[in-house]
Amino acid sequence: MKKYWAFFRMRFINGLQYRAAAWAGVVTQFVWGFMELFLFDAFYRADPSAFPMDQQALASYIWLQQAFFAMFTSWQWENELFDSIASGNVAYELCRPVSIYNMWFTRSVARRLSRAALRCLPVLLVASLLPTPYGMGLPDGPEAFAGFLISMVLGLLLVSAFSMLVYMSAFYTISSQGIRIVATNLMDFLCGAIIPLPFLPDAAQGILALLPFASMNNAPFRIYGGDIGGMEMAYTIGLQVFWTVVLVAVGKWMEQRVKQKIVVQGG
Amino acid sequence: MGVCRDGAENRLEEWGKLKMIQVEHLTKTFRVAKRRAGFRSAFRALWSRQYEEIRALDDISFTIRDGEMVGYMGPNGAGKSSTIKVLSGILTPEGGTCRVNGRIPWKERKEHVKHIGVVFGQRSQLWWDVPVMDSFFLLKDIYSVPDAVFRETCTELTELLSLEEILKTPARQLSLGQRMRCEIAASLLHRPDILFLDEPTIGLDAVSKLAVREFIKKLNHEHKTTVILTTHDMQDIEALASRIILIGKGRVLMDGTLSDVRACAKDAGASLDEMAAALYRAYEV
Amino acid sequence: MKLYWKHLQMHLQSMMQYKTSFFLTALGQFLVSFNVFLGIYFMFQRFHQVAGFTYSQCLLCFAVTLSSFTLAEVFFRGFDTFASCIANGEFDRILVRPRGLVFQVICKKVELTRLGKLLQALVIFCYAVPNCGVEWNGIKILGLVLMVLGGTVVFASLFVLYAGICFFTLEGLEFMNVFTDGAKEFGKYPLGIYGKHILVICTFLVPYALFQYYPFLYLIGQRSEAGFLFLPLLSCLFSIPCYLFWRWGLRHYQSTGS
Repeated sequence: MKKYWAFFRMRFINGLQYRAAAWAGVVTQFVWGFMELFLFDAFYRADPSAFPMDQQALASYIWLQQAFFAMFTSWQWENELFDSIASGNVAYELCRPVSIYNMWFTRSVARRLSRAALRCLPVLLVASLLPTPYGMGLPDGPEAFAGFLISMVLGLLLVSAFSMLVYMSAFYTISSQGIRIVATNLMDFLCGAIIPLPFLPDAAQGILALLPFASMNNAPFRIYGGDIGGMEMAYTIGLQVFWTVVLVAVGKWMEQRVKQKIVVQGG
Repeated sequence: MGVCRDGAENRLEEWGKLKMIQVEHLTKTFRVAKRRAGFRSAFRALWSRQYEEIRALDDISFTIRDGEMVGYMGPNGAGKSSTIKVLSGILTPEGGTCRVNGRIPWKERKEHVKHIGVVFGQRSQLWWDVPVMDSFFLLKDIYSVPDAVFRETCTELTELLSLEEILKTPARQLSLGQRMRCEIAASLLHRPDILFLDEPTIGLDAVSKLAVREFIKKLNHEHKTTVILTTHDMQDIEALASRIILIGKGRVLMDGTLSDVRACAKDAGASLDEMAAALYRAYEV
Repeated sequence: MKLYWKHLQMHLQSMMQYKTSFFLTALGQFLVSFNVFLGIYFMFQRFHQVAGFTYSQCLLCFAVTLSSFTLAEVFFRGFDTFASCIANGEFDRILVRPRGLVFQVICKKVELTRLGKLLQALVIFCYAVPNCGVEWNGIKILGLVLMVLGGTVVFASLFVLYAGICFFTLEGLEFMNVFTDGAKEFGKYPLGIYGKHILVICTFLVPYALFQYYPFLYLIGQRSEAGFLFLPLLSCLFSIPCYLFWRWGLRHYQSTGS
């Protein structure tokens, strides 16, 4: 455990180095946040009755999305890992007395966390000073806030577990590019990064909510604003746990297969 | 009036022939961000960053005549590359003047670079994925080399550098030695009067090194091309440079011949590298 | 021009060495903008109109923005990725060649993988042009072409400006992406729907609205001044300060270490 912590620490510090990128991120996130708000505002005025979310909940959703963008975004791929797989350098890593899955998983979590850590505070701070219903609202009660925190952690783990599946699948193909592209775009749309999931057709909502993608950023952001509450919240968090366990299990299984394959090839 | 101008022009021409490169009091400073290790300073660097001024060139002056072969020597970070970059028109210095063939490189860039060739040993100018010959054809168009001249130059270079076999190969499939020979050829397709070589033998095996040195010598001998060479390889210097300019911390420390360098070493049996090290120590660079 | 053609051939030749990668990247580009399109589609499934503009009208705006951004990316990618051009010493090489600098930077990169996005813009044009309720005539078609070209110039100018900043920072300033990627992203809807303040910024700070919004209003008949159609030409003036800034930055160029 200690070595993973050391590894986490190293990656985290490494993530803090990108000062210019962090400030740029904050600026970008602000502009994006405002533009999204104006955009949804225009649609709200077009037809308030068709609006599937409370305006305040949506504003909180948008600001959380901007604040934790680096944490949940689909394209936080580490090309180094893909390159090391493609070039075969990964063989060294497989020989070390640590699990490659755990190490890369830690790495992914650290990277996402460090990048988000730099950006989230300024965004959240300023967003909470904006007038309602455009600013970042308070959480919808203490249980919503508690649920939000738990759900955030689970969401982060799930996103990392999903990335791991993509990294692991790179062992099975010569060029991982195709998988990466499809995975990125699929995730982008289905996790609500393009438009929040409630804005998709009502008929599709039931299925969308069951997919692992809905358990990523969609779950915590909507719990925060009260869009998901009560029993539904417990159910959502349960689903997050379920998907995290499943994705990690599949990833670990793939790791085992990869190791065997490498051993066979080596012998 | 007319007579007067003619006289001035003649003199300029003559001057140009004798002193191909004249450098006077060049200075250039860089600003480099300081970084420290550790968790806390990583955080602090988010707010403020400290910068350090580095004098890459500090009052550099020298003259190089037509057809000379000059070795430009110095430890890492001494300002070798910066000088080459100023002379080739890449960098604009803050102070001082410099004339190459009577032109100020950074002011008359286009005209200036038609007459020089530059090889950066650590970088490639060839297109990675296409046959070397195609890169050559493109360079021909970039420099507007006439067909006849291009053919002639190409034949000559192919022969001297034994490129026959490799011109049809994409650059990425070449060995380092093969690639360097192609790089040198690529820099000479427009028949420059001056050739700048920035670490041309870095990473090459013994055979390639010898071939490159042999070629440069021949080039200088037959075409009277002025060659300015920076390198860490003392054998390059020994084989090629009739004159050595030693630079350290942005200053010219010594301008002389290899025997001047030898004089610096107390031990007569010292190897070339030991001599260079003794020299650097003597000048505290 | 002949020299540019030569460069293009070389780029094609290089690219064909990596066919799979090329097609996959192009596919990726297609999918990214397809996601944006899906976003628009589903929003209109729910709301039917926004600020009085219909689905097909918005798609027209989307296609104009997407195609002009993509054209700028295809042909001016050298400026977009200028930071790496400086970092790997390519720019030093450019400086020792007897050709115009801007021309050489343009030649350095031709990003044909972006054709995936361009294809999408074309498909959307094919759908939106007949469906958006515009009575097309020669002058309006010319206007549409001007919109795309004007947009290309504006985006290209932004790339040049971005490259100019690289001379000082060496690593490129990511926040500049707000002006390029942000405009591409939010230019998917008519710029007027974001409110008056945004429209002012998009008119006077960076002239996006001059090629995307005002001529569009004329096309759909909300404004009757034919002069609106030629505003994209005005937006091209934006390239002048950007270019001057780049020239100014050039004098501060510090090449990277050996």
